[in-house]
Formats: sequence, structure tokens, C-alpha cells
Amino acid sequence: MAENILAPELSKIPEGKLAEKWTNYKAHQKLVNPANKRKLDIIVVGSGLAGGAAAATLGEMGFKVKCFCIQDSPRRAHSIAAQGGINAAKNYQNDGDSVYRLFYDTIKGGDYRAREANVYRLAEVSNNIIDQCVAQGVPFAREYGGTLANRSFGGAQVSRTFYAKGQTGQQLLLGAYSSLNRQIQKGNVTMYARREMLDVVLIKDNEGVERARGIICRNLVTGEMERYSAHAVVVATGGYGNAYFLSTNAMSCNGGAAIQIYHKGAMFANPCYAQIHPTCIPVHGDIQSKLTLMSESLRNDGRIWVPKKLEDAKRLQKGEIKGHQIPEEDRDYYLERRYPAFGNLVPRDVASRAAKERCDKGYGVNGTGLAVFLDFSDAINRLGKDVVADKYGNLFQMYQKITDDNPYETPMMIYPAIHYTMGGIWVDYELQTSVKGLFCAGEANFSDHGANRLGASALMQGLADGYFVLPYTIQNYLADQIQVPRFSTDLPEFAEAEKAVQDKINKIMAVQGSRTVDSLHKELGHIMWEHVGMGRTKAGLEEGLKLLSELRKTFWKEVYVPGKADSLNVELDKAVRLLDFIEIGELMARDALHREESCGGHFREEHQTEEGEAKRDDANFMYVGCWKYMGEGKEPELWKEMLNYQEIKVQTRNYKN
Amino acid sequence: MGKENFLNVNVKVWRQRGPKEKGEFKTYRVEHVSTEMSFFEMMDTLNEQLIQKHEEPIVFDHDCREGICGTCSLYINGRPHGIDDAITTCQLHMRKFKNEETITVEPWRSAGFPVIRDLMVDRSAFDKIQQAGGYTSINCGAAQDANAILISKVDADEAMDSASCIGCGACVAACKNGSAMLFVSAKVSQFALLPQGKVEAARRAKAMVAKMDELGFGNCTNTRACEMECPKSVKISNIARLNREFIKAKLAD
Amino acid sequence: MWLTSSSIGRKVVMSVTGACLVLFLTFHMLMNLVYVYDVMVSTAAGDHYYDKVCEFLGTNWYALIATAGLALLVVLHFVFAFILTAQNYKARGKDRYAVSGKQPVHWAAKNMLVLGIIVILGMLLHLKDFWYNMMFAELAGAEGQYAPTAGFDWINLVFACPVIVVIYAVWFCALWYHMTHGIWSSMQTLGLNGKVWLNRWICISYVWATVIILGFCSVVVAAIINNGGFTGC
Repeated sequence: MAENILAPELSKIPEGKLAEKWTNYKAHQKLVNPANKRKLDIIVVGSGLAGGAAAATLGEMGFKVKCFCIQDSPRRAHSIAAQGGINAAKNYQNDGDSVYRLFYDTIKGGDYRAREANVYRLAEVSNNIIDQCVAQGVPFAREYGGTLANRSFGGAQVSRTFYAKGQTGQQLLLGAYSSLNRQIQKGNVTMYARREMLDVVLIKDNEGVERARGIICRNLVTGEMERYSAHAVVVATGGYGNAYFLSTNAMSCNGGAAIQIYHKGAMFANPCYAQIHPTCIPVHGDIQSKLTLMSESLRNDGRIWVPKKLEDAKRLQKGEIKGHQIPEEDRDYYLERRYPAFGNLVPRDVASRAAKERCDKGYGVNGTGLAVFLDFSDAINRLGKDVVADKYGNLFQMYQKITDDNPYETPMMIYPAIHYTMGGIWVDYELQTSVKGLFCAGEANFSDHGANRLGASALMQGLADGYFVLPYTIQNYLADQIQVPRFSTDLPEFAEAEKAVQDKINKIMAVQGSRTVDSLHKELGHIMWEHVGMGRTKAGLEEGLKLLSELRKTFWKEVYVPGKADSLNVELDKAVRLLDFIEIGELMARDALHREESCGGHFREEHQTEEGEAKRDDANFMYVGCWKYMGEGKEPELWKEMLNYQEIKVQTRNYKN
Repeated sequence: MGKENFLNVNVKVWRQRGPKEKGEFKTYRVEHVSTEMSFFEMMDTLNEQLIQKHEEPIVFDHDCREGICGTCSLYINGRPHGIDDAITTCQLHMRKFKNEETITVEPWRSAGFPVIRDLMVDRSAFDKIQQAGGYTSINCGAAQDANAILISKVDADEAMDSASCIGCGACVAACKNGSAMLFVSAKVSQFALLPQGKVEAARRAKAMVAKMDELGFGNCTNTRACEMECPKSVKISNIARLNREFIKAKLAD
Repeated sequence: MWLTSSSIGRKVVMSVTGACLVLFLTFHMLMNLVYVYDVMVSTAAGDHYYDKVCEFLGTNWYALIATAGLALLVVLHFVFAFILTAQNYKARGKDRYAVSGKQPVHWAAKNMLVLGIIVILGMLLHLKDFWYNMMFAELAGAEGQYAPTAGFDWINLVFACPVIVVIYAVWFCALWYHMTHGIWSSMQTLGLNGKVWLNRWICISYVWATVIILGFCSVVVAAIINNGGFTGC
């Protein structure tokens, strides 16, 4: 098979030195004048940090924005659940931080699989984000002197994380939400809540180029199909971690919009890069619906360990002893042992794999053998209970509500869980997908985190895209669209798209089988965790692909959706999303299978060092794997965007010394 | 983890097809419920049973299931978010219930929150109140350096406490007056405490209260039921601050 | 007018009128203590200090204006209470909870209207017993059992009846409950409250309400002692 290499110019990386690219871009991009902005409509799907911030900022600029969310209010987007913080290269702590260092840490944390120019831009605008959020009234934590406080996160040796208790995502989202509200009040943004995008509508322009011009939505309250048109469409619908059924994502998080635009020509990049977060509350049973994350910030003061002796682990598993009964000398602080330089603050992928390694060897500490301790007794002895409570009180309380264990007295139990997806829709430097006029922002795109995302960088990327990148780059596109009048939703392209969606829904409703949507979704989750999980093998992935294809057949034979299609129908919503998750699962497995190396969140057991560390293959895999949809039932085509590091010397990641 | 036990419970649920239709209670039995399950996982189990019997599942709002998004909104056994303090419904666990207990589950009841179906209510009124003034009027891109504004830790912490409101509506659901004062005051307080928000504090307080009144929420009579039920422990000192801000603004007119 | 058109405005009216009424009650109670003093030191008939107080207040222009003002306060407080209650009832929505709220809400806070109605009814009786026979009689020039300024005798007469005493006891209880919530609540509504002051105001409410009610009770007890028990209705 001939290799498909994306032409470098498609990535639209501006000329000039790395540090000057974004400045150059802004200096030379096309702009839209205020009178014309009023004539241009933009659809933003998603109201989280990326979508909400983009909608608000585009509204401020004077565009007419239509913003959509599946929740009952834009304030409920899952960005709200981010706990720990947001990175910025402010160097307020005088610990040697800089834009370059944040850029470097992010590239390194991403295991050298991210685009240099994008990441540098991200680091560059990180400081503006903090300024913007403070101006909005986001109550970041402060020192007694009145300046902003910082804490450390994984993968960095500086304290550059800004936080608002354990609710940083909430506060940043509410900041974006408040800006959005201001624009709604002004009439620049129209908000459509409880709407789910089910397709994007492409219309050919005079030169025969297909451009994104609208979307088809299902009104989740009335069940009606709705059509909306615009000059450009922004998809900011988050990640697809719920393909695993159990994840830290909210119940409604889904990859539907991503799959729809993938079907319409947007390429899906690096789907196999899924982040498994090391500090989640362990699974307790079959009926579990969701996993709860305990913030990475806990690793600032918490120490992770398992027993040194297998017999102690056995007794813990049988519930005969408690963690605090094991003497200090019999504890294995395995992260501190393996990675002395970073200790408990190694990046997430490293920490997760290390936990899995210990548990696979039988050292797990709970009934299922799938948990390790996160212990605060040292911190409590050193700082006092009050200081610990002040820093982590709400997290401890949350842990206690869920597990009925008091973390002040007995060590927390944690285990890795699916948390974030670095992969996503391929976008160029302008955040435009391979479809003209179709943009993708936030977790939904693939752009900045490479193969692994560092803690506190998701909030940074979402807001960077929403506040500071997309509002500029989209103008470069819209400047050529000022002559294009508003579109009628009666155009045949809309009717056709709506019919296709309606047909699919009717087909699902017509199955009337005997399996509930959740039971099928759980089956998908098992396949994904088993075969496309933390440790992947060629055989496992091939088996996974087979099972996924069977699951799709089962879906079409067995699924049962009660109720009617033309009214509120939660099961139908879930069924439509499940079909897309199955497709995402296949993409992930296919991508993981082709990527014969281990990097970041993608760990192929065949490719590891003797010490069990990930082994990259830069000679053969230093590229973004972009999957192009070739039609139903056909294998997608792989395209490669070669990664070209000019500024950074590519090395093996080392968190040991 | 606590010790796992198993319960049989009877769940008495409000079923209502639409905002205009009449609702009624229906009782369902759920057996072998683990005490380690969350309340929603019990509801999921119940819904699976209903779907298997080709009945329509019970509709309720929920999303993050970790207590922060504010979507979940069940009134369980006489309390918004159920029988525990400082939690959302999704953080309620079955260990809080007894074997053979009948659990009554109702939607938020308030004129401001019409029922959409079953236990799902429409809380868009909260968005409208926020749109009336719950922001600082600054545009993206022009902000000064974040450390140029010094804010005392005490004020920042207090603003954070106010800002932790998740907009779930438990305060309204608990209030015998259907008042939204705790919700409105949390936002007004957050901004009133911070220099960034002080600039338009008067306008904000007036606009948000006017919108709250217009949308049919009741008058606060200081019963404090709201703060007892707030999952984020937002305090009525916020309401005092809102009153102060509002009265000050009106007296200055 | 924001005092009538906004929810907080209406509550401000309740607070201000309520606070003024509490001040009036405090004054009223202090004045009544003069009667207790009379009983304690057994002042001779004709020399009762309390009668002098009654005479001083009498039907002077300032007493009349104060009385009219007081009536206005009561009417405002009363009317707004009903407006607020009606609005709040409507705001609760048509369908009610099957299981009523399990929050440990202060009993008085939930029952201010009922308590208020008891207070008003008690007040009507009180007006009939005293104001009608005293200030009104003086204005109308009517002849009563005692002179309009003979406060000492009127008190003795009214509390000679055990039924009246029981009714007053119920009235005092209602008034006490009403004030334990009302005093701090008015400060809260006026915004003169905060995290620290909340518990202080609640404490002040209890102490103040208790002092006022104990003061009034002392009048009744003094009257019974002075009458040597209940002498009939």
C-alpha cells in the first residue's frame, strides 16, 4: 500500500521562527470588519470551555452566534468537573518557568507526538487566559499578600498551576458561561439548550467546494428535528472516553458530533491516544455507572504505595487488615522508587501503568485486587490536619461520601480509569478540519497534547482555543465569506441531511429487540477496556476489532428502544450515541493496531523496555495518524501528517533523574 | 469501603408525561440493591427492569455523577438531594436507606421550575437570571496582568465559597416560598466581594433581582431551609449581602 | 416604587415596620413596668406613678400622631404579610410535595403568618380592653367605669379575669415566637447581617423577645398579686 502523506502546507503552519509564528499569523491574517461581522452567522456546538468561550468571544466581536448544548444549561458542560487547575507560564513563583518551558514540558509530556507550532502557541496564550479569567471574576486561590497562588502538577518541575479550590474547571466554566450570558443578553448569541447535533450540513459553493453551512439537531425535549444554518460551524463537543462505558466523563459525553463530521470528510486523528488517569476511585461492582476522579493535585502531598510483601496484599484483599496497619518498612512507594526525580508527580500515563503493573503482579489492595493506596498520613503529620483539610477538604469529603471511608484516618484507594482523549478530529493550525468552514476546538480536536496530556493542560487548551485562537483564525476563513448571504434551511442539502438522520433513527426504533442500550454499551466498555485498554497487544486488538464488529451486528439485531422517536426519549438518545461509540471503538483499535510502538497513552506490550517503560519508534511513527472515512462498511484510509521538530530535540522521556 | 449489604426497596416515583398533563405516583420494587450502589445506580437498575418489561423508563436529570454539574435534581423522602447533608443526588448512596424502605421520589416543585417529564424539570429560569447581570462586562483580550489586582485571601476565599454554587435549584426546591434568593445572592456576592465585580455591582443586583421576581420566584422569609439543603453549603450571609447591595443600589437611584 | 414592586423591597417594608413595632413594644413594656413598680412599692390610690404616665401620654398631639403612626405600621406589616404569603404560595407551584420538607427549619420561621394572626387578634382584644377605654374614651369624652387616665385601675380590672389572662398568655407566646424570628430576620433583610453577625443577631432576638415578654408577664403577675387572685370577669 502506498503511503498517504499529508502535504505539509495543509497544516497551515505559519512561516518564521517558532516563537514568532503566532504573532506573524495574527499580523497577516485576514479580518472581517464590524459591519460584515453582523452579517455572518457561526454555529458553535458545545458550551464547555472551548465552545462556551468561543461563542462568547465571537459574540463580543460582533458575529451572530448560535450555540448548542445537550445539557439543560450551558453551565453544565463537563469542563465543570475538572478539579485541579490550569497551567500558565506566568512564573509568579520565580521558579524558572517560561513560555518555552511550558511548551517543552507539554511536548515532552505528550511523548513527542504533538505539533510544535500549536503547542508553542498554547503556551504563549496561557498567560492571557489567566488574565482574562481574573478579569471575569474567577476566584482563583490567593496568597495572603493578595497575589495568585500556584501548585504543582504532574510532569513539571515548576509550580505553574492556578486553581480555585478543587473546583477550577467549574470556576473557569462559569467564567466563560458568564461571558456567554452577557452576549445572550445583548442578542449576539442565541442559546439552544437540550439540543443534540446529529449531522453537519455541507453545501457546495460556486466553485464546487463543499463547505459546512449548518447542522441538524434533535430537540431532546420534544424529539423534533431542527435545522440551523450558518457561515461556519464549530464543533467543540469534548472527548469520546465514554466508549469505555466506565470513565470519568459525564453520562452525556459522547463522540457523536465527531463521528458525524468524520463521516462528512473531517479526518479523525490519533484515536488510540486515550488518557488513563491514575487517581480514580476504584470500580466497586457490575452496576457501576461512572467512575469518579480524585484530582491529580492530591499527588502533591499524597504518597502512592502498595505492600512490599505479597502476603500483606493478600490479607488486604481479603479485608483482614487495613492499610494503616502495614508498617512503614513494608510499604513500597513504587513511584518514588522507580522515578526518583519526579516521584509521585510523574505524568499520568506513567503513573497509571505503574499502578497496573503492581496490581497485575498481585499487589492490589482491595477486594478486587485493582487498587493502590494514596496516603496522606505523612502530609498530615508534616502539615497538620487543618492545612491538609484546607487544601483538599472537598476532595476528601467527596471520597468519603462515595466510599464511606475517612481519608484522614485510612489511606485512599485509587485505580486508573479512562479520563481524557488526546485523539480527536484533525485540525490545521487554524483549528479548521479537513472540511472547509468546519472548525473543531477543545478536547474534540487532536491538536495539542500529543500522545499524553499533562495535568491542568486540558483547561488551558480549551480556553486557549475558545478565547484566543479560534476567534482569530475563524476570521481568516470568514473574510472570504462576507459576500455569501444567510442560508435558508429549506435548501435540499438540509432536507437530505435531515432525512438521513431520520432514517437512521427510524431504523433503530424498528429493531425492537431484547437488549437495552446500556447492556450493549457495557459490553462495548468491556471489549474496549479488555482489548484497547492500558496494555494493548496485536492479538488483543485484532480480537477487539472482531468483537466490535459483532457488537455492531448485535446492536442492529437486538437493541430495544422503548417510546417514540418524536418525543422526549432518553433511550433513543443513548442508542444513537452508542452506534457512534462502536465506530469510535473500531477507529481506536485500528489506530492502536497500526501504531507499532508505545507512546504516551498508547502502550503496546510488544514495545517496552526491559524496565517496562514505553518504547517509542520515532523512525517509523513520528506522525499523526489521520483516518479518513471511506464509506459505510469500508475500512478507513490512513493519512500521515509527519511531525517535524525544529526547536526541540526529541529524546526518550525520562522522569527518573 | 464500608461493608456491602443488600436491600430490597420500594420506590414511589412521580410520573408525569408532560408539563400540562396530570401526574401521579407509581410504586416499583427493586430487589437485591447493594449498599455500595449510588442512588442513581439503583434508578438505572429500576429503569433496566422497566425497559425489559417494555415500559418507558423514568426520566430524570443527571450528568456528571460526581456532584459538580448541578444537573441532578431529585426530591427524596422530603429533602432535595435526599437524606444527607451537603451532597447532590448523584452522591447519595444506598447505604443511607433501610431494607424494605419505601423511598418517595419527587421532582423539584416550584412555579419557577415546571416539570418536563417525570422527575425532569425546566430550570432555564436560572439561566435567564444569570443573563440579566451575572457577569463582569469585560471583553476578551484586553485584560491586564492577573497579579495587577491584589485581592486579600479572605475576600478571595469568601468569593470562592459563594461561587461554588452549582445552580442545581435545591434552594428553590427546599424553600416553602419557592424563592431563588440563595442562588441569586451567591452570584451577586461573588462579584460584590471582588474588585473586578464592584464596578457594576449596583446594576447587577437590581437587574438580577428584577429578573428573579419577573420569573415568579417567591419572597425570601429567612427560613434557612435553602442553606440546609445546599449541596455546596452556600450560606444565607450571601442573601444578607444581596439585600445590602440591592437596597444600597435602590437608595442611590 | 421598589418598596412595593420588588421582592426585596416588600421585605424591607416588613422589616422596617416590624423593627419599629419591636421598638414600640420595648417602649410599651418599659412604660408598663411603672405599673409593676406601683404594685411593688404599694403607692396609694391617686398617687400611682402609672396613672401619671397615662396622663402624660393621654391624648396629646404627639401621642395621637404616634398612635396613628403605629396603626399605619401595623396595617402595613399586616397587609404586606398577606401579599407576601399569597405570592409565596403561588411561587410554590400547583403540585405540592407528597412528603413535606424534612429540614430542621425554625418553627417560628415557617409559621410567621399564623403567629402574626394570633398577635393581631390578641391586639384587638388588648385595644378593646385598654385603648378603647382610655385614649378613645378621652377623645370621645365617654364615661367609663374608671377615668381614661386611670391606667392602674384598668389593668387591675382586666387581669381580674382568668380567661383574659389565659388569652394573654397565648398571645404573649405567639408574640415571643414571632419576635424570635422577626428581629434577626429584619436585620438579615436589611442587609445588616453576615457570617459573624448571624448568630449574634439570633441570640439578640431571643434575649430581646424574652425580655419584652417577661416585662409584660410581670405586669399580669403584678396585677394578679395586687388583686389578691382572680376576682372575676
